Amino acid sequence: MHRYDFVRQLNSPGGDRKRSRAMHVDTPLLLLLLALCGIGLTVLYSASGESIFYVKRQATFMLFGLIVMIAFAQLKPRFWERWSLFIYTAGLLSLVLVLFFGVGAKGAQRWLDFGVTRFQPSELMKLAVPLMVSAYLSNRYLPPSFKHILAATLATMLPVFLVAHQPDLGTSVIIFSSGFFAIFLAGLGKRYLISTGLLVIAAIPILWFYVLLDYQKQRVLTLLSPEQDKLGAGWNIIQSTTAIGSGGWNGKGWTEGSQSQLNFLPESHTDFIIAVLAEEFGLMGVMTLMLVYLLVIARCMFIAINAQTMFSRLVAGTIGLTFFVYIFVNMGMVSGILPVVGAPLPFISYGGSAIVTLFIGFGILMAISTEPKRI
Amino acid sequence: MRDDAAFSDPQRERMIFVGRLFIGSLAILILTIVLLLRYFDLQVSRHEDFATQSNKNRVLVRPVAPPRGLIYDRNGLLLADNRPSYDLTIVPERSENIDSLIGALDNLISVSESDIQRFKQKLKRRRPFEQTILRTNLSETERAILAVNSHRLAGAEVSARLIRSYPFRELFAHSVGYMGRINERESRTIDALKYSGTVSIGKVGLEKFYESQLLGTVGSEQVETNARGRVMRVLEKTPSIAGDNLTLHLDSNLQRVGYEAFAGERGALVAIEIETGGILALVSAPSYDPNLFVNGISQKNYDGLLYSKDRPLFDRAIRGQYPPGSTIKPLFGLTALASKAISTNFTIQDDGFFYFPGIERPWRDHNSATGGHGAGVGLAKAIIESCDVYFYELGVRTGIDKLANYAVEFGLGHTTGIDLPGERPGIMPSRAWKRGARGQSWFNGDTINTSIGQGFMLTTPLQLAVMTARIASRGDVRTPRIVKAINGIDIGPDSEIGKIEIDDRYWDYVHKAMEDVVHSGRGTARSINTGLDYRIAGKTGTAQVISIDTDDKYDSSKLEKRQWDHALFVAYAPAENPKIAIGLIVENGEHGGLSAAPIARAVFDAYMQSRAQPTVVSR
Repeated sequence: MHRYDFVRQLNSPGGDRKRSRAMHVDTPLLLLLLALCGIGLTVLYSASGESIFYVKRQATFMLFGLIVMIAFAQLKPRFWERWSLFIYTAGLLSLVLVLFFGVGAKGAQRWLDFGVTRFQPSELMKLAVPLMVSAYLSNRYLPPSFKHILAATLATMLPVFLVAHQPDLGTSVIIFSSGFFAIFLAGLGKRYLISTGLLVIAAIPILWFYVLLDYQKQRVLTLLSPEQDKLGAGWNIIQSTTAIGSGGWNGKGWTEGSQSQLNFLPESHTDFIIAVLAEEFGLMGVMTLMLVYLLVIARCMFIAINAQTMFSRLVAGTIGLTFFVYIFVNMGMVSGILPVVGAPLPFISYGGSAIVTLFIGFGILMAISTEPKRI
Repeated sequence: MRDDAAFSDPQRERMIFVGRLFIGSLAILILTIVLLLRYFDLQVSRHEDFATQSNKNRVLVRPVAPPRGLIYDRNGLLLADNRPSYDLTIVPERSENIDSLIGALDNLISVSESDIQRFKQKLKRRRPFEQTILRTNLSETERAILAVNSHRLAGAEVSARLIRSYPFRELFAHSVGYMGRINERESRTIDALKYSGTVSIGKVGLEKFYESQLLGTVGSEQVETNARGRVMRVLEKTPSIAGDNLTLHLDSNLQRVGYEAFAGERGALVAIEIETGGILALVSAPSYDPNLFVNGISQKNYDGLLYSKDRPLFDRAIRGQYPPGSTIKPLFGLTALASKAISTNFTIQDDGFFYFPGIERPWRDHNSATGGHGAGVGLAKAIIESCDVYFYELGVRTGIDKLANYAVEFGLGHTTGIDLPGERPGIMPSRAWKRGARGQSWFNGDTINTSIGQGFMLTTPLQLAVMTARIASRGDVRTPRIVKAINGIDIGPDSEIGKIEIDDRYWDYVHKAMEDVVHSGRGTARSINTGLDYRIAGKTGTAQVISIDTDDKYDSSKLEKRQWDHALFVAYAPAENPKIAIGLIVENGEHGGLSAAPIARAVFDAYMQSRAQPTVVSR
């Protein structure tokens, strides 16, 4: 806040009604997110084998996330614009630290351990990259020149590679999308779009032979023919498609899904939770959830179009589009049309840090939506 | 070029943005339709196929835990056994009402409040249809009562599992070790597949060191379940393979004699079979009952062991580091002879004090008060009567480099490589060590302190035994081993057999002196030679617990017992054809000859007796 603003407020107590409103909250968005949390906890109860323990923990995370969201909504978008470079740099440094001192499980090195608490820098990067790229581009003439596109691309790809190296493909896909969307929304020319597309196609063989690890290649192969490896990597996909398919139109009923309840479905309360929903609530359940998701995205678009500055516009639009990437990657991999990468289904999958990151993102959106109108 | 434009055009920028957002929304719409078509395809078009598939999907694969390998002593006596333990488990899905079920069970057999509390804790974190333990260790009567009433106890089941038991209780706690529940840290490092169906893991001792051999290979069974997950029948079974059985060098009889000889004193003893390096007895007193840990030790019991002043959990034999005191003298004597620093004819005059040029305060002999050991003290006499002044002179003449180099070859200053976890290396001080550990250069005073096994020097009882075995065998280097055979197949002598080359004349000389420590009239361990029908060679030692000023006299009557000197003794027998070597310490035992040597004698006696009449084991 400029000191000048502060003085102006003191001098004219009734002057700016919008700004002095007690709370900056976007009510439609809040209601939609609460609906998602409700659906999430309901499915989680069943997916965790009717475990109150998991539901309570998840509800605690959600409550914490809601509080953080509303707290962050009170900050002005200008705050994020100013601090974006700092947040980004701090995030990048901690990613480098993870490279050397990180701890983790199942072969991946993702966390920094501070003794009392653990911190996952890649989560921070999911927000730092769109903020940074938006702040950078919104202060340049748009559509961006080649030089600025190059700089923004570099700022995106650095953390993408560091996170992919951990390895955490799911998160690096999210980070990549958020950076790409910011550049795209800023007005990336058609020429660049087409040449990027060609570049990606050309990069596939390089990725396959030099970058992807054996188990990651295995997942792609599994996607193409899950029957090849019934008890190994193909098991997850066979079981999850069976769960989804056996759900039919209306599903088997809450807590009645035999695939999920009899432990055939792996990771049923985390990444594969959509299969539980599909099995127990059928296609109707899937479409209902999809509808709520689309409404959230629509609200993001609305906020983006009505935002006051280019920075706010870019951030809101990017968060909205990236939110869809979460959904598409997760629902795609569980139903067997995308390779399996670790990607949770937003607000439904069990897991604390991912949920808090989501809520912070929507907190920034609420700050944008309640920003006072300029004349 | 846009970069050259003087002004930006907010209206145009916004139009571009909205246009882009529109393209993005269109992409979202298309991809959503793709997703929904996929779900429609699975859930509607191919629903029949998947529904059939899901119905067939009632075959579960369950792990079958392997029986853990057994541990025997050298005579085939069982040291670690698996015995069945019966637990009362509940599957809440199968009971009408858990609280009334627990009430009914409590009327039949006793279920304590803490059992119920622990059960409810576990209930929160279980998988569906998982058995949750309500009570462990059911007696035979309790099982019978439950069996008779089973028809009205739907949801409750008695399940058997194998748990570890240690029939010798505290006798082998420090060598065999114990098992315990897999904790969170361990569960992150172990291979989850190998441990599926297993809840315990070796925590200390051989149980930990040989974990991978003892574990065995997990089996599996395919079972068919009904729609609610209840097992209807077993379709296919891949049996588990039991873990490897271990046969140890340890001899229960010697172990018991050694442990009991401590008679409540604190200390440790290691006995080695010289030919193989096999450990015959490994005593750390006091000890504890490892059976307490198997089913989870209570906090009260654990605190009792952990905070006891006598530290029963501490394995003094391989982790206790003590100054070796005079037990080091035969080794340093050999070193001085082998490196030609002195000859066997070299003698000194001992008046009880040793003066080093340039240092005002003298080093004392332990009997300086009575005027020292007198004139004409040679190496033999210095070993037999334990003359410190002689060794001060010897140390200065030999130099720390030689002393340290030989000591390392005899097993000091580094871990011996015994097959037990957590062995400590002790300290063999040297110039390099002092520079590294203290950042100081070496002084002559350090050499003088080291030459009687004091100063910086620290050894474990195991190292003392290893050193003694290498002296007795004239330099045969053997890595000490506890395990003799795996699944009945001898591991054989270890691959790293070395030889310390020293002239036979010097071995003879030092061996004779060590024999005279026990068998001559002035030997410091002469008290144990009464009634001996074989010959022992040894050396006593005393290690200071608190430092005594040069001018003060050590007087035990003025000190707390916990500040009394430690008593040490190293020995081998029979002297003419060495078979067994011992290193031992009695904490605050004061004098090696009086409190430590008799313990060694008891173990030697037992060993000689068993060799005279070999025990026939029917197995």
